Amino acid sequence: MAKPEEMLTALQSKFPSPPLELLPLVVRSNKPADQFYVRIEPGALLEVMRFLRDDERTKFEQLIDLTCVDYLNFPDAADRYGVVYSLLSLTHNHRLWIKCFVNDPRPTVPSVTSIWKSADWMEREVFDMFGVVFEGHPDLRRILTWDGFEANPLRKDYPLRGKGERENYPVIHRTDA
Amino acid sequence: MEKFQTDPHNMGNDDMVTTRLETLVNFFREKGVNWARKNSLWPMPFATACCGIELMATGASRYDIARFGAEVMRFSPRQSDLLICAGRVAIKMMPVLQRIYLQMAEPKWVISMGACASTGGVFDTYAVVQGVDQFIPVDVYVPGCPPRPETLIEGIMAIQRLVEKDGIRPSAERGKGMGLVVQPTYQLTMPTAAK
Repeated sequence: MAKPEEMLTALQSKFPSPPLELLPLVVRSNKPADQFYVRIEPGALLEVMRFLRDDERTKFEQLIDLTCVDYLNFPDAADRYGVVYSLLSLTHNHRLWIKCFVNDPRPTVPSVTSIWKSADWMEREVFDMFGVVFEGHPDLRRILTWDGFEANPLRKDYPLRGKGERENYPVIHRTDA
Repeated sequence: MEKFQTDPHNMGNDDMVTTRLETLVNFFREKGVNWARKNSLWPMPFATACCGIELMATGASRYDIARFGAEVMRFSPRQSDLLICAGRVAIKMMPVLQRIYLQMAEPKWVISMGACASTGGVFDTYAVVQGVDQFIPVDVYVPGCPPRPETLIEGIMAIQRLVEKDGIRPSAERGKGMGLVVQPTYQLTMPTAAK
């Protein structure tokens, strides 16, 4: 089980600039952080991910989760969308999180489906719910909402009750049957 | 020849031209068909959530809607005449429900089972239909979250009373103008609390 610092050293040996740093995933007052994320720019994402999967020191065979956070009106947040990649190495039994921040208009992240197949539907879900576009995705369609839906429901500025989608729908009367 | 042109509904008992066949036809038109129909409702289970579990319990041996002739769950709408919409319906699911309703042959009835199917329940969000009656016709609403099997059976019995009173008109002629309100047949016998 490699320590997070060793993972970062391996990463920095390949990607010296810009300097990468380990950031705690959760900040707790009573005990030190043991889960870390690394912030990666969208342009370098594909190379970094491929390195993390293939390098012997990291060997992240699995992308176990891919999700997104909308940091609208979040205190001290500089960017709006944070795409989060959760990586697991079965070989070394260690985990690492990668965050990739993008902004309006047209938030765009390269697709990692060429590295992990499991990213396919998860990227579609993030595209559906947040409107983040994954470039290079083989089949980027909505996955949860229907095809005619236009909004991105998990964005913070989207109202919980929707914008009239559930009311504006064709009605069947008894005479139609 | 003239006796065939008379309306069988308006024939009196002293009408001497009434044949046994006409009497039989008359009985079946007024009583027999509806009697057979109300005791052989074939439900189409549209079960999407926990109400579906109660629907299964209603169909199982303890509550046994076979006692009411409604045990034949048909998963083809072509063979069903009672649509039981059990559970919340997402907007993405609504075209499916509407198509199933349209595919059912006349005459057909619809039960909206549970709070979610009737009103959306607690799921007041962009994705959930706030009551299926906004988009398809509903005959009987069954309250509860989820309704107990007794409540669903009461709903099926309400459908039976509707069938009995409704005649053999197609569902297009039924609806809001019918002036027919189905009340529960049971009486609450719980003692009221002393003040």
